Amino acid sequence: MSLNTASRVDFDVIASLVNPGARVLDVGCGDGELLELLQNTKNVDGRGVELSQKGVNESVARGLSVIQGDADSDLKYYPDAGFDYVILSQTLQATRNPKNVLTELLRIGEKAIVSFPNFGHWRMRASLLVNGRMPVTEELPYSWYDTPNIHFCTINDFVDMTREIGAQVETAVALNAFGQRIGFNMPWGFWNLFGQQAVFLLRR
Amino acid sequence: MTTFSSPSASPDQRSQEATNPHSPVVEFGAGKPLRLDSGVVLSPFRIAYQSYGTLNADKSNAILICHALTGDQHVANVHPVTGKNGWWETLVGPGKPIDTNRFFVLCSNVLGGCLGSTGPASINPETGKPYALDLSIITIADMVRAQAMLVDHFGIDQLFAVVGGSMGGMQVLEWASSHSGRVFAAVAIATGARHSSQNIAFHEVGRQAVMADPEWREGRYLEEGTIPRKGLSVARMAAHITYLSETALHRKFGRNLQDRQNVTFGFDADFQIESYLRHQGMSFVERFDPNSYLYMTRAMDYFDLAAEHEGRLADAFAGSKTRFCIVSFTSDWLFPTSESRTVAHALNAAGASVSFVEIETDRGHDAFLLDEPEMFSAINGFIRSAARARGLVQP
Repeated sequence: MSLNTASRVDFDVIASLVNPGARVLDVGCGDGELLELLQNTKNVDGRGVELSQKGVNESVARGLSVIQGDADSDLKYYPDAGFDYVILSQTLQATRNPKNVLTELLRIGEKAIVSFPNFGHWRMRASLLVNGRMPVTEELPYSWYDTPNIHFCTINDFVDMTREIGAQVETAVALNAFGQRIGFNMPWGFWNLFGQQAVFLLRR
Repeated sequence: MTTFSSPSASPDQRSQEATNPHSPVVEFGAGKPLRLDSGVVLSPFRIAYQSYGTLNADKSNAILICHALTGDQHVANVHPVTGKNGWWETLVGPGKPIDTNRFFVLCSNVLGGCLGSTGPASINPETGKPYALDLSIITIADMVRAQAMLVDHFGIDQLFAVVGGSMGGMQVLEWASSHSGRVFAAVAIATGARHSSQNIAFHEVGRQAVMADPEWREGRYLEEGTIPRKGLSVARMAAHITYLSETALHRKFGRNLQDRQNVTFGFDADFQIESYLRHQGMSFVERFDPNSYLYMTRAMDYFDLAAEHEGRLADAFAGSKTRFCIVSFTSDWLFPTSESRTVAHALNAAGASVSFVEIETDRGHDAFLLDEPEMFSAINGFIRSAARARGLVQP
């Protein structure tokens, strides 16, 4: 389940992490916007998986190789190391078993690129602290009872999980509320407070 | 009255298209035999076809359309027997997703068919009489081998695309599996990599209906000047139900009565649905050879692509460079989405490039022949993108 914003700031960051001509699988590819961007700017051999039929049909109409499928249940059909990169953009928090999905990403791909909204962002913390209610923001507009995002995590939580499954963090980028990269050499705790979104490049 | 009051095309008229078709025919003589899966060598034999558009100089723009069980080669022209428009004019033609201004489109009557390609109604050169049941059982792979020989005849090394629905989709999958290098792109619609037990069951009902008709004469009806009209009609009626959906049937017919205010307390066609099915059955007999129906249904029953690869469907597509587009329909219970999904998963496992769309419709299996804008848009996008990748420039 992808977020439905017209221009997603994480797309440019993701594109910058992908080598030209690579074999790419985009899990939760939505209407195919990122895959199309990667094909046009990086000449990748791109494939996609998307849960919503509408997204799949739009992607295929764009000429992309996309199949209807579920990140939780359908990744097992892909062979080991069939892709250079497997991308999971703004989808991790909507999976039933994020740890299993992440493990599968690194089985299927040499590398995995994961972007997710950081629930540790100060606005989230402030919202919960001040209002005492689950945060509803412009980027995450759902109420707790109808949200597809069932497994929110913070940057710190995510880093812990990469260690648990033995994944190496090759690159990490945090984006602030304005979509700007937060400077390097900041401790995770700083990113966790000021990063609204995070993009991780992982390898086995 | 419970009998069919059908207009009768004589057996002569009906077999005209089988022996002397309107379509062009390629004869494969003694030098070009066809070894069938049954072990029988078929020679001579012939294939009737229709073509549209122009083959380009490097012969890279050919699209082969594979027709379904009761289809034929008349994809985009008026049918010589029924006078109706081509069965896929919604998809194939100038400016259509399969654009005949851009592509050379070829469709042949399948081996075992009854519109000019060698089939049970064709004359057996050894006896001078129709083959009837003396023709070997034909498989989907045999149909594809014969098509490949036709493609050779045109000097085409690689087809830009092979496209088909239902039994046509089986041929598409067979092409992509056993002639992988000759297929740049494959579009398989409302189909599966095998015929399910339920589908075999329905086909058996149809075959038994044909063979139970005394006019079938152990298959020798053409020689004896009869036609198992009732049997084939019943077969078609039963099959036709499987091409629709409960929702679509109810929407279209409900419990409406046919030209009457009350039920007649008899076995006449009181309900519109009865009248409709009877019409479907009777009009089918006018254009289709009963024995050919037996052969076609058998070919579908025998199809099991995974079985040819020790049960691993992915192995059927190992190393495939073909781009695939798989299309299913939500209300298709003959080839439900799960069958298409199995194919898509196998293609994933083989590392092949695959698009898979499920179209929401209540029109059942027959949706692939109907006006389904989302299907057109998916196929259009797929074909355009594949054409770019193949270096076919838009004229």
